[in-house]
Amino acid sequence: MINVVKIALRNLRRYKRRTQLTLALIVTGMVFFLVFSSVTGSFKNAMVGEVTGSFLGHIQIHQRGYIASIDNLPLQLNLQPEQVKIIDQVLDQDGAVAAFSKRVKFGGAFSNYKQTTNIRINGVNPEQEFATCPQLLSRFVEGSADKSSLERGKILVPELLAHGLKIKAGDTAVVVATNENGSVNGKTFVIGGILSSATGPGGRDGYIHIDDARELLRMTDNAVSEIVIRINDFGQLDKVRNRLFSAVASERTQEGKPIFEVHTWEKLSPFSNIAKMIDVMTFFLMLMLVAVVLISIMNVMIMAVYERIREIGTIAAMGTQPRRILALFITEGFIMGALGALLGLIIGLSIIFGLNLLGISYSFGRQEALILQPTISFSQVFVISGLVTFVSVVASLQPAWKASKMEPIEALGHV
Amino acid sequence: MMSLVVARELSKTYKMGDVEVDAVKNANFEIGEGAFVAFVGPSGSGKTTVLNLIGCLDKPTGGGLEVTGFDVTRLDRFQAARFRGTNIGFVFQNFNLIPVLTVAENIEYPLLMVQNRPAKERVTRVNALLEAVGMEDQKAKLPDQLSGGQKQRVAVARALVTNPKLVLADEPTANLDHKTAHSILGLMKKMRREMNTTFIFSTHDPRIMAEAEVLFTLEDGRLITHATEEGGTND
Repeated sequence: MINVVKIALRNLRRYKRRTQLTLALIVTGMVFFLVFSSVTGSFKNAMVGEVTGSFLGHIQIHQRGYIASIDNLPLQLNLQPEQVKIIDQVLDQDGAVAAFSKRVKFGGAFSNYKQTTNIRINGVNPEQEFATCPQLLSRFVEGSADKSSLERGKILVPELLAHGLKIKAGDTAVVVATNENGSVNGKTFVIGGILSSATGPGGRDGYIHIDDARELLRMTDNAVSEIVIRINDFGQLDKVRNRLFSAVASERTQEGKPIFEVHTWEKLSPFSNIAKMIDVMTFFLMLMLVAVVLISIMNVMIMAVYERIREIGTIAAMGTQPRRILALFITEGFIMGALGALLGLIIGLSIIFGLNLLGISYSFGRQEALILQPTISFSQVFVISGLVTFVSVVASLQPAWKASKMEPIEALGHV
Repeated sequence: MMSLVVARELSKTYKMGDVEVDAVKNANFEIGEGAFVAFVGPSGSGKTTVLNLIGCLDKPTGGGLEVTGFDVTRLDRFQAARFRGTNIGFVFQNFNLIPVLTVAENIEYPLLMVQNRPAKERVTRVNALLEAVGMEDQKAKLPDQLSGGQKQRVAVARALVTNPKLVLADEPTANLDHKTAHSILGLMKKMRREMNTTFIFSTHDPRIMAEAEVLFTLEDGRLITHATEEGGTND
């Protein structure tokens, strides 16, 4: 085999310019793919981290039908205390769950005594909420980014609302809400902090303590609107979601339908479509890379076979078995693909490293100064290098097969 | 002397569209072991076809052909390749050296890529052949750094390196000047003497024909005369 490799290498060196051009094509494709997928991957990860880490969490559990009516924040579809207890037990027993937070969500009117506007509010336990959505703390533009800002009697308000009503941390405001029975109640809050907006639903919600929410809504029990879950390993998202759903699936309505809905963040945020688009674009770029490698290697190998017909005839006449001739040409394609993949990796990873060193910042929606941190996983590197090498071998198959099938007498007579 | 090649009513017909061309027609001949044989005749007389048939590069359309005692008409392409690799060496008119391999590597090629011989044996054989053809000092050169005569010396060494029973040389001197051609034929004769290998070559050069010990003359695919060095002629 070493000798086949040696001969293949020398043949590649024989047509230096052609080999260099083909390698350049493969390397360029590899570099584009690596840089693109790492940059878009960085953007996607940042966005997913932002969306899940600041308000959505990784998984949410609601009562059946809640998500379909979520725009109305229906209090009558809250999870009842006995249902919450069941979910508590399931979550406490699952080692994959890092933290979870119970929320009472409602819509109300927010007034600074001069102006009034609508607001969506989450009543939360600060400790649970900050453990489940740790990036909420990074959204503080005013106030102290800790649980003291969400003590009873305090409210965190979204930045746009604060600007509109010209309020700042320490000011007081009134929240008026209608409870499940249609009774209206109001409560005065001190502005504990102002939060920057985040992309997606819930990114412009206000926060109060869950006990204040229950007081305001005159709730007499521990019902909650949703339970937001953070898991330890994001890669296990679907697995954990399915496990949690199975664990609570036995709870059924009288009609025999599951009481609980268990959704991953993807079902709850439109950003998941952008993330999917990024995946689709990356996939198509990979297809283009495959096409570039396939066509360029096939072109080179067809030319190599055509130019070496007499040589093929000579080695066949000397008794070289067809499978060895096949191996010679496939090895040439393999070496070219593997070398292109290696060079592409070196250059691509260097560029990715350089981009990380540069620390380029960018904006997305209302979010500014996001730092571009392109990364690429070992598995992606492995898959793309393997794919390029594999496609190179596949591209060499037809010309190599043709070479191995040549009749020596015809090949020797080729002019 | 035992017969190495036996042809009985050997025929080869090519189809060119609707026309059938008899390249070799009912040829009968025997070639003994260690013979130095030439097939001669004008262009298109069938010399190359006869060599191709003996060399298992082509299959006859009629008659029988035995080489080293095997009926080679029944070999498939894989068996034919194996047979060639074991029993036959080839010398080509255009030398056909592999351009990316050095002189030594070209000679080594059949041992390495065809017969899978161990490295020690390969080195011994290659060095012996390099010395025999007088190319030891050129062994690291690539073919395009050699003259025509040197290339053909390397080709002869490559043909002999596996110690074949038979070497087939199709117009081996056609691309060489007269002096070099004689020197190559001299080398082939010397190797024949040292290794008892049968040499069969084709030529249409009368000056080269004189070097052959056995001469088969072909005309329009028919074997018309068979002459030996001792002066005997059979029509």
